[in-house]
Amino acid sequence: MKIKLQIWRQKSPKDKGQFKTYTLEDVSPEMSFLEMLDALNEKLITTGEDEPVAFEHDCREGICGCCSLYINGRPHGPAEKTTTCELHMRSFKDGSTIVIEPFRAKSFPVMRDLIVDRNAFDKIMQAGGFINIDAGSALDANTHLIKKEYADEAFNSAICIGCGACVAACKNASAMLFVSAKVSQYALLEQGKVEGKERVESMVAKMDELGFGNCTNTYACEVECPKGISVENIARLNREFINAKLS
Amino acid sequence: MSNSFLSFSSVTKKITMAIAGLFLIVFLMVHLGINLFILPIHDEHKEWFAAAAHFMGTNWVVKIFEIVLMAAIVIHILMGILLQIHNWMARGTRYKVAPKSKTSFMSRYIIWTGAVILLFLAVHFYNFYFIKLGIVEAPAAANIPHPQEEYFYEIAVYLFTNEMIFNILYLVSFVFLGIHLNHGFQSAFQTLGLNHKKYTPFIKGFGKVYSIVIPLGYMIIPLYFMIFG
Amino acid sequence: MTKLDAKIPKGPLAEKWTTYKANAKLVNPANRKKLDIILVGTGLAGGAAASTLGEMGYNVKAFCFQDTPRRAHSVAAQGGINASKNYKNDGDSDYRLFYDMIKGGDYRAREANVYRAAEVSANTIDQLTAQGVPFAREYGGTLDNRSFGGVQVSRTFYAKGQTGQQCLLGAYSGMMRQVSKGTVTMYPRRDVLDIVLIDGKARGVISRNLVTGEIERHSAHAVILATGGYGTVYYLSTLAVNSNASAAWAAYKKGAFFANPSFIQIHPTSIPVLNEYQAKLTLMSESLRNDGRIWVPKKKGDKRHANDIPEEERDYYLERRYPAFGNLVPRDVASRAAKERCDAGYGVGETGLAVNLDFKDAIAKQGKAAIEGKYGNLFEMYEKITGINPYTEPMRIYPAGHYTMGGLWVDYDLQTTVPGLFAIGEANFSDHGANRLGASSLMQCAGDGYFIIPYTISNYLADEIKTAKPSTDLPEFVEAEKAVIEKISKLMSVKGKQSVTSFHKRLGKILWDYSGMARNEEGLKKALTLIDELKEEFWNNVNVPGSDQELNQELERAGRVADFFEIGKLIVQDGLNRKESCGAHFREESQTEGGEAKRDDKNYSYVAAWEYQGGEKDPKLHKEPLKFEFVELKERSYK
Repeated sequence: MKIKLQIWRQKSPKDKGQFKTYTLEDVSPEMSFLEMLDALNEKLITTGEDEPVAFEHDCREGICGCCSLYINGRPHGPAEKTTTCELHMRSFKDGSTIVIEPFRAKSFPVMRDLIVDRNAFDKIMQAGGFINIDAGSALDANTHLIKKEYADEAFNSAICIGCGACVAACKNASAMLFVSAKVSQYALLEQGKVEGKERVESMVAKMDELGFGNCTNTYACEVECPKGISVENIARLNREFINAKLS
Repeated sequence: MSNSFLSFSSVTKKITMAIAGLFLIVFLMVHLGINLFILPIHDEHKEWFAAAAHFMGTNWVVKIFEIVLMAAIVIHILMGILLQIHNWMARGTRYKVAPKSKTSFMSRYIIWTGAVILLFLAVHFYNFYFIKLGIVEAPAAANIPHPQEEYFYEIAVYLFTNEMIFNILYLVSFVFLGIHLNHGFQSAFQTLGLNHKKYTPFIKGFGKVYSIVIPLGYMIIPLYFMIFG
Repeated sequence: MTKLDAKIPKGPLAEKWTTYKANAKLVNPANRKKLDIILVGTGLAGGAAASTLGEMGYNVKAFCFQDTPRRAHSVAAQGGINASKNYKNDGDSDYRLFYDMIKGGDYRAREANVYRAAEVSANTIDQLTAQGVPFAREYGGTLDNRSFGGVQVSRTFYAKGQTGQQCLLGAYSGMMRQVSKGTVTMYPRRDVLDIVLIDGKARGVISRNLVTGEIERHSAHAVILATGGYGTVYYLSTLAVNSNASAAWAAYKKGAFFANPSFIQIHPTSIPVLNEYQAKLTLMSESLRNDGRIWVPKKKGDKRHANDIPEEERDYYLERRYPAFGNLVPRDVASRAAKERCDAGYGVGETGLAVNLDFKDAIAKQGKAAIEGKYGNLFEMYEKITGINPYTEPMRIYPAGHYTMGGLWVDYDLQTTVPGLFAIGEANFSDHGANRLGASSLMQCAGDGYFIIPYTISNYLADEIKTAKPSTDLPEFVEAEKAVIEKISKLMSVKGKQSVTSFHKRLGKILWDYSGMARNEEGLKKALTLIDELKEEFWNNVNVPGSDQELNQELERAGRVADFFEIGKLIVQDGLNRKESCGAHFREESQTEGGEAKRDDKNYSYVAAWEYQGGEKDPKLHKEPLKFEFVELKERSYK
């Protein structure tokens, strides 16, 4: 396959940045998208054509949440429920042009090329994304019986990988799906309910403070979430929030 | 603090907006009910309309609701604008490639359908509500005797039959209202956290029907006058 | 000369830890505030340690190379976490778990440490559950268990195929809680490049800020390494591509002994290599072997589609060779059996380096929905990567480098041979002997972090309460920083022609070919020469573009690969020294007639701990004899 790439290049957070075009011959459809970028970097390093493209990646099996990239107008590219590292070149046509941009949000500043700083998610977690329990004070794990349905639902919320695709996809750069997934996970479990009120209030306040946009229920987040996290979580967050305010 | 509502959390703003929106949704139905008396559905439709208009203009319960309604309109619009400005700021640098995520355009352009409705509302207030308040005069060509607020039927018929521009604006606005409602109806429920595996599909379905039936109801009136003069 | 003292408490096995805790020195809460602990690596072990030490009131400075601790590679552990809860009433106990681990590790682990790991396992499940980890549950609301390779009870707790992610996020949430309380300070996007020793004690680290390139000095009263394993030495492995051993290696060069480096687990069920640019091998959880059946065609070089090969022409070789355990034999046994079949010409797929993992029977018996419930996400992942639907045709799998049982030598306190320098989780060597059983790595990490290091580090710090926080202007810091900067400049100045990755790939191939699933004297010796040659070439021809004063991923990689040459060499040297086969270490010279690993307890029942001798000098071997007081050494049989 022959692929033309238009990639955002930006040397540092302060640099203005621009798009640059590269071409790659001999791309195999069996390659993953990141392996294609590896091949590009290998070419750039050996020919000295340009400095290699910086992009974030680690586990390369869709679970660490490092990989990002806004590919042809979609976070993590065209395949559904797939992270960029799991995306394969068979999803693209021979001869096509691929535009690669970093995830864009005021709260995710670009650090270099396609790498953005997603530290804002940690800050939201620090605001209440935990249960106050010290090691040693836990009761036997079977003390609280939890309906399987709720445990499964909590799991479905908990599988968020913190990649930020929801923010990147949202027309408002809102972090509601991320925040609501965490709020939901704890709201569904007995051990998390104790602090439910404080949690939802402080996490939402932190999210606002960090400059994320508001949810306008467009649901691009759900469409682009590589883990298929549902917007039902957002409704649950709203419900928890109202309960917190009214109680 | 005077601007304390600015410091409300994003979710609070949205919940307020949703409640106001739901109130407006209900009001649309009431308003439509009265409007339909403009059509010759019965020999005494004019009298019915006048009676309804009189009731709406004088009953003290309705007067209270009028204040609530105005507040709802102001809150819904104000919150919408505030949230939107914040949303635009949240993106920072824009994407080169416009988002290709599969989402409904009704939701993507909610602010713009809202803006068209706001424009209509301004015209509508100028044509009716401000006359009622005595701020503006009815069009002279319509020959409406004073006090003008008792002659809404005549004003409406005059506008529908003589002002083609008004009819077109009216029809277009209600198409936009339909689009706005299509997203807004279920969106309000989502924002209020009224989400349930069993009932949400029904709410979504009902919202879709509502967003077609209500605007269509309003549109029948100018269409009637355009066709039957 | 140095005598390795594991400092194992006296007394019966089951009472050692209790005795230790009862006699360990404590630090009172007021004094804890005055003590700083540097923690390198924030995966499950590091995260658990950071949150627990933070709760106790110590000042923890936590370093990781990722942007956030939630991405550490513990996140990728799939199948589960063991605990001797005996919720299934099927005969489990601390002793049984201990025994399974000792046997599974082929009698090359230290009894006392392993027993303690088993002993604290039940508590870790309580702790993780309390933190909101959504483990799988039964309809009645209690926690569910499944069984895992190499054992005969159901003691594995799981959260679908994402147990590692959920456990890590549990620890991470605890850590975030401490960050908000101010007891833990995060230093993300940092590579720790050296350990600083003052008066022989670990007192700090030198780190590189990966965003600005700045070299930083940090001091503390003790340093904990929770940096994971060195499996990426193979280039292609199931590890994250940035996983590295540079901090552990720096510790080795500062005097911490490195134990059993050749004990590297090759996981039997990974997706085979598909193309030449492949950057990593994706693991398919071992739990798949609960329901999947492994087979190859009975006919050599049979190129028919798997679904076209009739039942009687299939060789379910694990069930044939190991009727008692069948498809659930331990990992090392399963990996070698796959290699044996493929080497003999029965492999499947384009390359012939793969075997079938078939769910046809399980789907017929339990229904598609049941299989989807258990392995849905794994099947999805497999299809995404290969384009093949495992519901309708068998998966293809092949072994891949996965877990390093070897690591920094530690005593019962999890302290290395450098006072004040501790190693927890996969970074140490302590609990898995020569082979790790499935679902015991999460168990060890959580146990080390939540319930062991808080006691043992306090025992050390109790004597440090009067020590002022060391100044980072001390000559030891200055010198360490200078050495780090020199190494970086050296890497930058080569300006050769080849990328770092191309060297890493070649190093990986040497190690995989000569020091992978099977090893022999000739191959290992050849590997030593090849590694030396490649290392020489690396330092003369590597190309690290850009500058060291900016975010430079090639430079990060270069430093890691430079260390991998040295680690690779130590792996081979250790493999050469150990002429027996045990666990994952299979010396072809030492096998039974049936092709099974043959241990030599008389000569090799020891931990091989290597001491750095400086420069290119060969490391010095220290032996810690393994005494088995509580179990009887047996031939490991799964037949």
